[in-house]
Amino acid sequence: MLIYLNEKPIEINRGTRLYELRKKYKANADLLIVNGYPAGTDQELNDSDHVILIQRGEQPSAEELENLMMARHTPGVHKIIKQGRVGIAGAGGLGSHVAIALARVGIGQLNIADFDVVEPSNLNRQQYFIDQIGMPKVLALQNNLQRINPASKIKIFNQKVTPENITDFFGEVDILVEAFDAADQKAMLTNYFLCNYPEKFLVAASGIAGYESSNTIRTTRITDHFYLCGDGVTAAAPGCGLMAPRVGIAAHHQANAVLRLLLNKSPK
Amino acid sequence: MKLIINGKTKEYQESLTVQQLLQKLNLSPDRVVVELNRQILSPDIHVKTQLKSGDTVELVQFVGGG
Repeated sequence: MLIYLNEKPIEINRGTRLYELRKKYKANADLLIVNGYPAGTDQELNDSDHVILIQRGEQPSAEELENLMMARHTPGVHKIIKQGRVGIAGAGGLGSHVAIALARVGIGQLNIADFDVVEPSNLNRQQYFIDQIGMPKVLALQNNLQRINPASKIKIFNQKVTPENITDFFGEVDILVEAFDAADQKAMLTNYFLCNYPEKFLVAASGIAGYESSNTIRTTRITDHFYLCGDGVTAAAPGCGLMAPRVGIAAHHQANAVLRLLLNKSPK
Repeated sequence: MKLIINGKTKEYQESLTVQQLLQKLNLSPDRVVVELNRQILSPDIHVKTQLKSGDTVELVQFVGGG
């Protein structure tokens, strides 16, 4: 019968038991996962079972790692996500969270642009570390993403995004994530990208500041190619700061909108 | 002139360009995305784009934070 061992199909004899399989393929494995759940005891294996044998603390090979990482995905989606090319304009609170979520789901390629460096006031909501203070954000983020999923290709652009370089940075992507801080930059990017690339998709964010209810943050369809995440009104302003939870919620709305677009579903 | 703005019907006495409509609504042109009859309108033509009765306008004004 056919089973999947570390996500690769193999033929085994009917009646084979889990510990027998371990003995044959990875005798020192100490974490045995059958169909997504850790197996506490020996058991007979069934047709089409997914078995993962892990030795705790061992570093898997690159290909093995990719298979192991994606073992908890809904079947069939990884191949599609792996083909996806996504741009992220801005590597702050929104962009750093979106990038990490997309790397974790196994995105094929990310093009990330930002001109800024990591500074202490970023650490309240952005996915950087104290030892990265002073580093260009795109470089720090690239390092962090490679530590999460080396299979995602990360292209970085350490420059301010302007209408003159949008095509160089993002001309090849299928979907662009607007992740800027300033409202006029958000509008500039959105207008330029949607006017010049009417066949591509843009997922923007607006209204993410403060600690209002989580449930006011929504994904709204503006056109078939333009989606907006946020409450639409809560601006960062004196007396209303930017904080990790709400920025993270909006960023993950954006990441899920990207995922749904890649999988041919409406983000709304 | 009747315009459908963000799903709501509004009546205007005078004829307006997109730029004049933004002014009337107190929207900041450099923070706005305008969709006119399901087409995104490039900001450089707001000034010369005349609105007609029955036009559907979607206006998105961005606020800061990221």
